[in-house]
Amino acid sequence: MKVGLFIPCYIDQFYPQVAIATLKLLEKVGCDVEYPLQQTCCGQPMANSGYAHLTGGCNDNFVSNFAGYDYIVSPSGSCTLHIKHHLHATNETAATQIRSRIYELTEFLTDVVKVSTLEATFPYRVGLHQSCHGQRGLHLAQMSELVAPPFSKPVQLLNLVKDLELIQLDRRDECCGFGGTFCVTEEAVSAKMGKDRVADHLRHGVHYITGVDVSCLMHMEGILKRANSNVQVKHIAEILTATL
Amino acid sequence: MSQLTLDHASASVEFNKNEPRVDWHDETLWFVRTKRDRAVAQIPEWEQLREAASQIKNHVLSNMHDLLVQFEENAKQNGITVHWAADGAEHNAIIHGLIQKAGATRMVKSKSMLTEECHLNDYLTQHGIEVIDSDLGERIVQMRKEPPSHIVLPAIHLTKADVGETFHEHLGTEKGATDPQYLTEAARQHLRETFLTRKVALTGVNFAIAETGGFVVCTNEGNADMGAHLADVHIAAMGFEKIIPRAEHLGVYLRLLARSATGQPITTFSSHFHRPRPGQEMHIVIVDNGRSRQLGRPDFRNSLKCIRCAACMNTCPVYRRSGGHSYHSAVAGPIGSILAPNLDMKQNADLPFASTLCGSCSNVCPVKIDIHDQLYKWRQVLMQEGYGPTAKTVSMKAMATVLESPRLYRMAGKIGRGVLRFAPVTVENRFNPWYNQREMPEPPAESFRDWYVNHKKS
Repeated sequence: MKVGLFIPCYIDQFYPQVAIATLKLLEKVGCDVEYPLQQTCCGQPMANSGYAHLTGGCNDNFVSNFAGYDYIVSPSGSCTLHIKHHLHATNETAATQIRSRIYELTEFLTDVVKVSTLEATFPYRVGLHQSCHGQRGLHLAQMSELVAPPFSKPVQLLNLVKDLELIQLDRRDECCGFGGTFCVTEEAVSAKMGKDRVADHLRHGVHYITGVDVSCLMHMEGILKRANSNVQVKHIAEILTATL
Repeated sequence: MSQLTLDHASASVEFNKNEPRVDWHDETLWFVRTKRDRAVAQIPEWEQLREAASQIKNHVLSNMHDLLVQFEENAKQNGITVHWAADGAEHNAIIHGLIQKAGATRMVKSKSMLTEECHLNDYLTQHGIEVIDSDLGERIVQMRKEPPSHIVLPAIHLTKADVGETFHEHLGTEKGATDPQYLTEAARQHLRETFLTRKVALTGVNFAIAETGGFVVCTNEGNADMGAHLADVHIAAMGFEKIIPRAEHLGVYLRLLARSATGQPITTFSSHFHRPRPGQEMHIVIVDNGRSRQLGRPDFRNSLKCIRCAACMNTCPVYRRSGGHSYHSAVAGPIGSILAPNLDMKQNADLPFASTLCGSCSNVCPVKIDIHDQLYKWRQVLMQEGYGPTAKTVSMKAMATVLESPRLYRMAGKIGRGVLRFAPVTVENRFNPWYNQREMPEPPAESFRDWYVNHKKS
């Protein structure tokens, strides 16, 4: 299967190691992966700020990069959700196809590739931050609001990693407060939410905080670093490809 | 009552200056949310109940006119006088007229967010009518001349010490007293005197039943009953969306309401009012105040399904850390943020942005309102109608230009990373809201694309 790799703009610029891990992971499970070189962004920063009407050029660029792939995979629940729900373009046929073919990395691995083993080892205590757009938007995991059987695609994958100890949080699916431009327009609440989210992980003695969205991790990393903490963040792709 | 005029972000900065208080507010409301989780987990058919409630409300929204007419006919037959108010001003004038007709200058009121929305207390006070709110939380905030900060727990932003201070000032309790039993007893004596001496009582309405022409009021303190049972004139005020078709639908909503609100199986008092007792007058004021406009907005009409349980507030991580007053609207939190722009787009343009769009509100909602999707849609409407700050519009246009051009995007990325690496002081300063409480990410020498081109394209 031919997979188009969609790397969100801020991962491309600030977290290339996450993109590299994603690429390696997809290749390792047998995908034929291509990274279209003219890609930029999903358009979410404008749309969530109320400027969806300015995203036309961004959307057309996205469509011209990703039309024709069997699947489009991205290491970001939030950007994937945005494309799935809001991508419209001059070439609407291609946009519609993309909307139905885009997957967040962990759901692609569990639902399409159906990964059952991984050669990964990560001997640390890890806290999983369930990013909201992935969890509630893409339904990567059951949310605590619903009366329904529990499941979690990221946990299913983390359970395949040797020596990894996954901790349980007090608030298992509370938002971290990143929220796109919310993190600067509502700085006071955003930072407080982040501090509280990080504190839940720290209370359980984690070495690493992981998740499917680098945006949430970047926000929590900023808070951890400001507090001079040794705890680090790692995107789930980095852990799923970790070896000793 | 004075409404705060700060926008949500600025009011939140103020609220967050006292971090232990924010923690307490957050934990108290989270406790209610977890109580709700335990209560709903005991109902295996919970999700089906939500679906039923949502579908009944869909029917209501599509048949609003007929149901209201049916309700009016049946209510009249029961001996209830029905009044219609197009807006808050009419609602206030009708109620004032009824109080004057009764020859009263004092009224006791049970909890009604509609009267908050219409600023009834202010209006009546200005016209020389004394109003006493009988819900304990409402009474506390009323004494403090504050609006309620939560639709179910109006004084949730206050501590025992705050209440002790307020009661000392207004009810003459001992200075420094914080014992809840002592304070509640003081409030009880004060309210008992009020109930016994008021000829006019006003209540809200939780559900009005078209089929029977009666209505149901839910309280935990029995204060609505105390007021209405002892008064010569009972006035009930309702927004028109409170209508449900038949009495059999009550079971669905009564099961959902209290569990979603406080984690109780049912409110302590669910009082059914169908006709005035002999010698009593019963009036119902049915209010529009923007509701027909909202009904006419396809993207936002679902907000009228709301049964005012406040589950969305309790679960909202932003509400818990910014407090109800930061929403500067009678109904705070996520549901308030999709109702308020309908009332005044300019004044409430900030509210749909007071959210991370985490989606918890929509999934906790007992009538399945798509709250977070409506927040997103309101953002689009507000910015397109020109209610965005000019600086934001300019920067968004610039961002759109950069992100639609792969060449500009790569150039901007390279410059941005360079600035962060070699001149971090240009970003790491007090003018950067990110940097205020967080470190910046460490910029790498090459982007992923650079790496990919170097490593893969051979």
